[in-house]
Amino acid sequence: MSKKKLDIWTTISFVILITYVLFLIYPMFNLVVESLVNKETQTLSFEYYQKFFQFPYYSNTLINSFKVTVAVTILTLLIGTPMAYFFNMYEIKGKSWLQILIIISSMSAPFIGAYSWILLLGRNGVFTNFFKSTFNIQIPDIYGFNGILMVLTLQLFPLIFLYINGAMKNVDNTLLEAAENLGYTGLRRFRTIVFPLILPTILAGSLLVFMRAFADFGTPMLIGEGYRTFPVLIFSEFIGEVTGDKGFAAAISIIAIGITTIFFLVQSYISNRKKFSMSALHPIEPKKISGIKNVLLHLYIYLVIGIAMLPQGYVIYTSFLNTKGMLFIEGYSLMSYTQAFDRLGNSIQNTFVIGGLSLIIIVLLAILIAYISVRRPNILTKFIDTLSMIPYIIPGSVLGISLLAAFLTPPLRLAGGVTIMVIALVIRRLPYTIRSSAAILQQISISIEEAAISLGASNLKTFFKITVPMMSAGVIAGAILSWTTIITELATGIILYTGRTKTLTIAIYTEVIRGNYGIAAALSTILTILTAGSLILFMKFSKNKDLSV
Amino acid sequence: MSVNINIKNAIKRYGENTILSGLSVNIKEGELFTLLGPSGCGKTTLLRMIAGFNSIEGGEFYFNDAVINQMSPSKRNIGMVFQNYAIFPHLTVRENVKFGLKNRKLTKEEMNQLTDEMLRTMQIEQYADRLPEKLSGGQQQRVALARAIVIKPDVLLMDEPLSNLDAKLRVEMRSVIRDIQRSVGITTVYVTHDQEEAMSISDRIAVMKDGFIQHIGTPKNIYQRPANTFVATFIGRSNMIKGQLKFNNQESILRIHNTEFKMTTLKKSVNQNQDVVVSIRPEEFYITDDSTQMKGEVLDYIFLGLNTHYTVKLESDELIEIVIESSIDSIIQPGTHIHLGLKLEKINVFTQDGKENLVTGVENDNVQEKA
Ligand SMILES: Nc1ncnc2c1ncn2[C@@H]1O[C@H](COP(=O)(O)OP(=O)(O)OP(=O)(O)O)[C@@H](O)[C@H]1O
Ligand SMILES: [Mg+2]
Repeated sequence: MSKKKLDIWTTISFVILITYVLFLIYPMFNLVVESLVNKETQTLSFEYYQKFFQFPYYSNTLINSFKVTVAVTILTLLIGTPMAYFFNMYEIKGKSWLQILIIISSMSAPFIGAYSWILLLGRNGVFTNFFKSTFNIQIPDIYGFNGILMVLTLQLFPLIFLYINGAMKNVDNTLLEAAENLGYTGLRRFRTIVFPLILPTILAGSLLVFMRAFADFGTPMLIGEGYRTFPVLIFSEFIGEVTGDKGFAAAISIIAIGITTIFFLVQSYISNRKKFSMSALHPIEPKKISGIKNVLLHLYIYLVIGIAMLPQGYVIYTSFLNTKGMLFIEGYSLMSYTQAFDRLGNSIQNTFVIGGLSLIIIVLLAILIAYISVRRPNILTKFIDTLSMIPYIIPGSVLGISLLAAFLTPPLRLAGGVTIMVIALVIRRLPYTIRSSAAILQQISISIEEAAISLGASNLKTFFKITVPMMSAGVIAGAILSWTTIITELATGIILYTGRTKTLTIAIYTEVIRGNYGIAAALSTILTILTAGSLILFMKFSKNKDLSV
Repeated sequence: MSVNINIKNAIKRYGENTILSGLSVNIKEGELFTLLGPSGCGKTTLLRMIAGFNSIEGGEFYFNDAVINQMSPSKRNIGMVFQNYAIFPHLTVRENVKFGLKNRKLTKEEMNQLTDEMLRTMQIEQYADRLPEKLSGGQQQRVALARAIVIKPDVLLMDEPLSNLDAKLRVEMRSVIRDIQRSVGITTVYVTHDQEEAMSISDRIAVMKDGFIQHIGTPKNIYQRPANTFVATFIGRSNMIKGQLKFNNQESILRIHNTEFKMTTLKKSVNQNQDVVVSIRPEEFYITDDSTQMKGEVLDYIFLGLNTHYTVKLESDELIEIVIESSIDSIIQPGTHIHLGLKLEKINVFTQDGKENLVTGVENDNVQEKA
């Protein structure tokens, strides 16, 4: 082979690198510049940063976000960890159905939960009115901190559950038996053996919850009222026509990234030190328990899952109610659906076009990037691997702002089109899909590829004829999961969309804001069906039924 | 303190399947008792019932005079060595060994002292502060053993502790286990399906089949005087040949095809003419020039250094295997016709159904009369 001829994989690596530079590095760099340059004088200044920390009106949002995020992370751990532990240790009636419900509730958009809870427990909510008229009790306010906390906790504890459930499957039963044999049972055994074993997973799950809660935009927007969080501030500073200040929004964004970066680094540092490999020869066998313990166990699990499913269920219920203007009235019909299709039918189409396009690109890039970083490790591919992980720590709204600012003007004027929506979704979802693809690839022995090459197949031919087909089952399962997050994405889309590119989730959000709860409910129901359908597909394609998110 | 384990009529069911239906065994204080049997015969099941990890559907399990059926596994004071070691991956070697001591009323100093002693005894002190995943299989096995023994258990249970090791280490660890067990004198129940391993370390062996114990005895007795044909074939190799017993005026004659042997080892109670199964180990044959002995034709041989194994076809067309110490002259070539004598005091004679050994000297501690 001549040395001058570039390996096809090197070429591909460079193309990917350029793509990242263009759509990730450049917008981020642009954002930093904007945050540091005064618009009028065009000079370097830190005044936006000063402004943020000077006025409590702004800096308080940081504290607010922090409070919410930390509280949500702790609560989700407190709810999700015992649940996953019990699921693996004990026999529970209807386990597989409960698991599916948990997965579905983890896949819905948080703000839908928020708006449904407003319908249930808000000022004029069904429960609120019921308690007032029947018992004359005023139930506590769900707006503000408490509301955000409740909605996000119920939304995000399933993630902890799924993470830890996966980890528990890798704990070998004999370890538990050995501990019991040495005199450790119950809580003590959990503390000394199980907890340390699943700690790395707990940390990883916590980080994900932290990132999601920190970056969530829809929930505080709907239910937060006066309680403003970071993403709300970024959004209103960027979009607000009167008060809006793009440079200031950029500065806040940079601060946000700074914070998520710190948490990311701390988490990786701790979990790298606590890491060890585990694989279970004898998985834990769930035991039957009886009596009051069993009753309490089932009560706990059914109650939590019931409450978590309540908003979804209620939204579906209201989608069949008659409406008059903005109000739900007596009687059932498909009115809301007809209206939804009339006015917003194209949002469904958009969801499929934008989501589908994104998905194809995500899968393609993820396979390629996973391949070059697993099979061709060198400085370049390592750099690309690191780059591809950056979006993990960029809150959705920040990514939206940076893309919009970067591509608002020629030469690359993408704002307002489908392309920019697709780019945003691809960048956001890619880190997850790359990781799952890389994990699959690591399980495939390289000697199979070497065999193909020794038989005379070219690099590319080997890749497409051997590697890709072997990865496909896992990749398809991963892609379906990506799909569910793509169609429920809000934080970035809400900044980038225009009337032409409004997706289902964005349409739901805007209808909720306008108070068209009937239409919103109908669209939400369609979204839920889409998600549940994707889930069923996933289970078909995935050999093990346990999701890793 | 060590205990005597007495199991009476143990019953184990998994749903509809009965794995053990009334198994009884008495394991003496301080002995190394091995459960040996083919895969799936219920060894692990019985061991886990003793440990408390399997439910007990019937019968009583005694440690000395106390029934332990309902006692929680954490209270039985049992040291257990698992097949996959079950070493806690997040704890160092030292912490693993110390783990069970934290439940005993010991001061910190006592705890550290006991741990250090044990690490030294097991020769793993140089790895004391490593995480277990950095250890080799043999080292992990030592950690598992140390962890189980350091708590001074009443009973030590081991389920195929050596099956994950390579052949050489297996032999080496056998003597480690044997020595440690002897020096601390814990009643030990050891599970294996490797008969050579069982022979080399056990005080007594229980040979199991399909949930029933066939023979309980010393390695020597089980090998030399197996209780039935299953034990005869499962332990070591045996040629099973058809024969007849004939009794005439005080003489017991064993007739194999056309050759007659005068038997002196038969039980007194055996006096009926009958068809029998004769079990002859390969080394219980010898080649002779005496033409009145059994005739055979050499079909094949394998030279194994010390011994040479021959496959021989008898006149009855039965194929047998014999072992002869290799001699310097030459190997008997296939096709050669030879005469075979028997070391009569060693061979065993079974009833035709194979359930009873008709030769004296069987010492079977198995109390149950089923088969
Ligand atoms: N949890 C279980 N549920 C149902 N059947 C079981 C279970 N555990 C064991 N068995 C059955 O009980 C029988 C005895 O199994 P056991 O594990 O005791 O065999 P073993 O003698 O230890 O075999 P091996 O040498 O292969 O370890 C087998 O037929 C097995 O299929
Ligand atoms: Mg077994």
